[in-house]
Amino acid sequence: MLINHPLLGPRDAAEFTYLGDACLIERPDPDAKDAAERFLEYGYLRDNVAGEMRELWYHEQGDRSWLVVTRDTLTHEITRVEIARDVARERGRST
Amino acid sequence: MSQTNRIAKGLIDTSRTVDFTFNGRAMQGHAGDTLASALLANGQLLVGRSFKYHRPRGIFTAGSEEPNALVHLRDGARQEPNTRATVAELYDGLTATSQNHRGSLEHDLMAVTDLMSPFLSAGFYYKTFMWPRAFWEKLYEPAIRASAGLGRLSMEDDPDTYDKGYLHCDLLVIGAGPAGLSAALAGGRSGARVILADEDFRMGGRLNAETLAVDDMPGSAWTEAALAELRAMPNVRLMTRTTIYGAYDHGVYGALERVTDHLPDPGVKPRQVLWRIYSRRAVLAAGATERPIAFGNNDRPGIMLAGAVRTYVNRYGVTPGQTMAVFTNNDDGWRTAADLAAKGVDVRAIVDTRDRAAVCDVPGARHIRGAAVMDTVGRKALKSITLTDGQVIPCDALAVSGGWNPTVHLTCHQRGKPEWNEAIDAFVPGAHLPAGMVVAGAANGQLTLAAALDEGRKAANAQLKDLGFTPSRKPGPKAEDEPREGAPVWYVPESRKRAWLDLQNDVTVKDIKQAHRENFRSVEHMKRYTTLGMATDQGKTSNIPALAIMAKCTGKSIPETGTTIFRPPYTPVPIGALAGRARGRDFRPYRLTPSHEWAKANGATFVEVGNWLRAQWFVRPGEKGWRDSVDREALQTRQTVGICDVTTLGKIEIQGRDAAAFLNKVYANGFAKLPVGRIRYGIMLREDGICYDDGTTARMGENHFVMTTTTANAVLVFRRMEFARQCLWPDMDVHLISTTDGWAQFAVAGPKSRDLLRKVVDKEHDISNDAFPFMACGEVTVCGGTPARLFRISFSGELAFEVAVPARYGNDMMRVLMEAGREFDAVPYGTEALGVMRIEKGHAAGNELDGRTTAHNLGLGRMVSAAKDCIGKTLSQRPELQRDDAVKLVGFRPVDRSRNLIAGSHFISQGRDAVMANDEGWMSSVAWSPSLGHSIGLGFIRSGDARMGEVVRAVSPVHDTEMQVEITSPHFIDPQGERLRA
Amino acid sequence: MRYSALRILKEGLTGNKGWKPAWRDPEPKREYDVVVIGGGGHGLATAYYLAREYGITNVAVLEKGWIGSGNVGRNTTIIRSNYLLPGNEPFYELSLKLWEGLEQDLNYNAMISQRSILNLVHSDAQRDAFIRRGNAMFLAGADAEYADADQLRRELPFLDFDNARFPIRGGLYQRRGGTVRHDAVAWGYARAADARGVDIIQNCEVTGFDIEDGTCRGVETTRGPIRARKVAMCVAGSSGRVAALAGMRLPIESHVLQAFVTEGLKPVLPGVITFGAGHFYVSQSDKGGLVFGGDIDGYNSYAQRGNLPVVEDVCEGGMAIMPMIGRARLLRSWGGVMDMSMDGSPFIDRTHIDGLYFNGGWCYGGFKATPASGWCYAHLLARDAPHPVAAEMRLDRFRRGHMIDEKGVGAQPNLH
Repeated sequence: MLINHPLLGPRDAAEFTYLGDACLIERPDPDAKDAAERFLEYGYLRDNVAGEMRELWYHEQGDRSWLVVTRDTLTHEITRVEIARDVARERGRST
Repeated sequence: MSQTNRIAKGLIDTSRTVDFTFNGRAMQGHAGDTLASALLANGQLLVGRSFKYHRPRGIFTAGSEEPNALVHLRDGARQEPNTRATVAELYDGLTATSQNHRGSLEHDLMAVTDLMSPFLSAGFYYKTFMWPRAFWEKLYEPAIRASAGLGRLSMEDDPDTYDKGYLHCDLLVIGAGPAGLSAALAGGRSGARVILADEDFRMGGRLNAETLAVDDMPGSAWTEAALAELRAMPNVRLMTRTTIYGAYDHGVYGALERVTDHLPDPGVKPRQVLWRIYSRRAVLAAGATERPIAFGNNDRPGIMLAGAVRTYVNRYGVTPGQTMAVFTNNDDGWRTAADLAAKGVDVRAIVDTRDRAAVCDVPGARHIRGAAVMDTVGRKALKSITLTDGQVIPCDALAVSGGWNPTVHLTCHQRGKPEWNEAIDAFVPGAHLPAGMVVAGAANGQLTLAAALDEGRKAANAQLKDLGFTPSRKPGPKAEDEPREGAPVWYVPESRKRAWLDLQNDVTVKDIKQAHRENFRSVEHMKRYTTLGMATDQGKTSNIPALAIMAKCTGKSIPETGTTIFRPPYTPVPIGALAGRARGRDFRPYRLTPSHEWAKANGATFVEVGNWLRAQWFVRPGEKGWRDSVDREALQTRQTVGICDVTTLGKIEIQGRDAAAFLNKVYANGFAKLPVGRIRYGIMLREDGICYDDGTTARMGENHFVMTTTTANAVLVFRRMEFARQCLWPDMDVHLISTTDGWAQFAVAGPKSRDLLRKVVDKEHDISNDAFPFMACGEVTVCGGTPARLFRISFSGELAFEVAVPARYGNDMMRVLMEAGREFDAVPYGTEALGVMRIEKGHAAGNELDGRTTAHNLGLGRMVSAAKDCIGKTLSQRPELQRDDAVKLVGFRPVDRSRNLIAGSHFISQGRDAVMANDEGWMSSVAWSPSLGHSIGLGFIRSGDARMGEVVRAVSPVHDTEMQVEITSPHFIDPQGERLRA
Repeated sequence: MRYSALRILKEGLTGNKGWKPAWRDPEPKREYDVVVIGGGGHGLATAYYLAREYGITNVAVLEKGWIGSGNVGRNTTIIRSNYLLPGNEPFYELSLKLWEGLEQDLNYNAMISQRSILNLVHSDAQRDAFIRRGNAMFLAGADAEYADADQLRRELPFLDFDNARFPIRGGLYQRRGGTVRHDAVAWGYARAADARGVDIIQNCEVTGFDIEDGTCRGVETTRGPIRARKVAMCVAGSSGRVAALAGMRLPIESHVLQAFVTEGLKPVLPGVITFGAGHFYVSQSDKGGLVFGGDIDGYNSYAQRGNLPVVEDVCEGGMAIMPMIGRARLLRSWGGVMDMSMDGSPFIDRTHIDGLYFNGGWCYGGFKATPASGWCYAHLLARDAPHPVAAEMRLDRFRRGHMIDEKGVGAQPNLH
């Protein structure tokens, strides 16, 4: 597979390490009343999409960027690659 | 033996004679021959035995689809089993032997199985060999295994080397037949970077096998001209002997180039190169594979596909027989007869299943219309054929044509399904092709020459336009389309004798019918039950006829019946080639510590720790075993001072205004209030609340920390921290860099460690206990100005420091430390003594942090700060992780002090049975403590912290042993920690 | 029709024309006591044990394609019970015991061959971990044997002892481990279940669940609605997709695992060998092919195919421990979709919907579990209580914090 790194252009997927669903960006608020429940879902439940999925790849043998890759799990086609930090900020994550 | 069947020059170099042997018999061929063509030239029709019935078999095809003619090529360590004679290039001194027979090839004792065949039909082994039960492994299975299998491995290490390479191109053209050459010419002329790959050693595909003309030249001559033009283009790479074996995601193709397989000896070159080709676009021009018609006893030596006969006649100048017959259901078979007759071979008959006029005139041949071959005679060589009308035609070779199947394999490697094309009665590539691929020529169902040439060019041009290239205006090659009509005939129902489909695995029409009878009707069930298509040829010539027969049985159409799945590789690839150079000591790179050279020169024995090599111990003269060395190193460290290279521990620099806040997130305990110049031990949890890693982190400045991780987790911790930094808290001002390889770090441990370091650390740095107490850190200089970092931390439990210098000084630093330590009797110590001392001190390490243990288990539960959030905190509070009776880390010593504890023992309370229900924990680490004079251990046992002094059983049934052990504190040495604060 | 040597003789003498279908192809009835979704090894075994152990024969097994088309049809055929944790080991040992009597039970030769499995050891820490595991196996009634390097050198001289990057220091044997002809397991269970009245319905895909007031009353299929008192999901590899039809999210990701076979060879390997310092395990089939595999590709996928880096990584592992296979040719590679669970261990449990049950999450190790999975699932379906050896394989174990994490890598499926 090839991942079109937004900064570095197309790179072989073997340079990357895979983590999983991009929902892992959305770590729950530890102070919320239902934090225990939210963390269980965050830690253990997955949509496991058959189709287009947003997922986290880490350019470990490269620039160390975490990327959010939109990839079809049925065909492996990649339609979008974003810098994960930008995505995290869009989702309201900060400090 | 002379080349009795050599009838013409063909495209081989008859001026060069090549000597080879088959089964020890000396034969001769010519440069440009394959082993198969040379065997045929020598009249060697019998070349092998089939898998199941050990039937005599000859050469069936002229390409990589060959099911029959498999041999051992070469001998000794280079013996290569199951090599297709049809693709093995002849070289001087080649040795080949036939395989899969007991006794000689001519008199195979295993042929008795053929007589038993009524009892060995499809799936017979699922129905018997069950009684008595123990006989399967003892009797039946060994017998089956001995007779199954094909060729033999030498059992010696493969002596050859294999390389890997990576290529990039705009257009990959797969197959150098008419369509591929036409596509490559279009690509090359447009200026695109083109790779043209072909599995053959001579490009041209069927152009070399036919007598057809292109641009008014013989096909092979046109091929030469086209290749000459392509060779002259700097943007075109021609790869002969290169099989594109797999189509992978995003335009990546796997290719195997056979670099020296055609040479007597590879010399300094690799045997093969495994290429990964990154293509922007691809044209698949893989051609088509001829299929047979099944009839009684259609497996005899001398029976060959009609297209293969033309290849042998036209390209190699060899005829498979002196008196030939042709059996066909289509026009194409007629050309075989015509080509044979043109070379003067006696063609007795053309048997056409169709009741129609002759396609062309074949001098001397009878045209038998609307008939079929239903049986043959001649066990080791064909003698005659019997037709459905009863007439017997003597002949010593028969060419069979059942039509052509487009070679769609690579179009299906990404789960695309081929589609049935009624016009040619064959599957053609379906709509879902691998991204970037188009198909052209015979592979796309264009089975005639002009159409293939035209489609190759057009397909390439369409791809080139998409890529922004301007296609050349030069006209494409011109040729005529040959007649190619046919009728769908798959087998001859009048056959009384077994009619073979899969020649190698001995699957017959009867087997398919039986599979249908037993409800193995799905095409996958049929394959798996009968083993059809599972041999080394993967059913290239047998799958389609078989599923046509199954379709007839079920009353479904062929497309409804469907195909089995085409999987990579297209043709088999040696494991050695896929592994490349990554074998032996080069399997993985070595990481060497900065003091490796010093250690090597000073008696170190090394041990693999991940990819690192670390000094395990240092042997001194007179020491009889490793224990002598380790005991000495540990004792002397505790008595004077020892030095150990600890560079392999992960080091992460953490800087930024939010560095402290960031550490508070990734460590379970707090770091925000750690003063500058001080170090803290930290534990890190995974988000699931389990302990992940531990280590120390030093605050070098307000916004600057240096973290250490365990050796094993260095990469993983860094990855996880980058995740936290970029994805969880993206606006924190914090930056990370891994400096594991940047700093050489040494533990200097023992009561004399400060004295030693005073000689090394420059005088302006006060390292007295007051100025530099336990858990202090700082930037210093050593040896007169070399920058260094000093940490007062201790894994051994002694007064100890770790000193770090830039890695390039590492080897010298080790030497300097040892020289400075000479007056104190300093010793270098290795990982083994390190382990002994950490167990004596009760420090957890990898055996304790096994990814399942919690801070609670480790007795560190209180370190998980209640005052702040951290990764893993919420989920660490789940009930099962906080049980009062959870296992706890404690120490163990044998009641009988003379006995050695066993790591991996399980703990059972007194008086209980050693069964899983009574399992209370396990011994994680053991060592012989030279300080205490007996064996000690660390381990986990239920409620261990409340059971001090209790004696339990430590059982190790693997060793058939058990012993009484006493639960103790894990801190065997200096439990109050006075030494390390001294 | 009972299979025997005599029957083969008789049929052989009469042209093999008297063989009967191994299972029927019935039309689906409108209602069953139990509908098992998934005609793989586990589903067929479940149906068989429901009929044999509990007399529940009004059972349908619904298969969207052909039976055995999932992972029972594409695995590397290994059976073993060399697990560490109490939540796993007794279950797998039950499975191994059931394998040992399976062929006589089913009257079907699945070529169960207890040729042994060996896990090679390359470091002291690995040795300690394997000793701990071997002892756990003993405590659960299984067998284990630790062999040192000298013993292995005698038994397996073709391993690379002298030039290895990671020297072989020993290995843990389970002599009762081995291999099985995988397709035959599906066929054997299907035939035996069919003989006891179970309806095996191929080409029947479940498209929805009939759930009323929190109770599952049946399924919608491509061959019409089928009602059932109990509906049992058994579709590892497709668990996420099928469970989604019931509105469930699972602690499972789908990943691709590739496997490989070489051309047929005369016998070279005595048993199953796994490399402890790389990703490679291998055995030799009765037909002579070396059957081998390694790690999963590592990314979520339903594509049933993988990519080159893993192919090469696996072959590197092979050449690293047995360089004599260099000239053996890889004949075929394939990919299967794995239910990779969050702790690497499976589930056999009720769901929060009454009448709907779940069996899945087998990661890359479901084949060896086939008999015990069917046995325990049948127990759960018949008794509405978990079988004791599968009692920890619950969906709520993450909530409780009772993970069954053999590898100790936590909630990241691609690491298990």
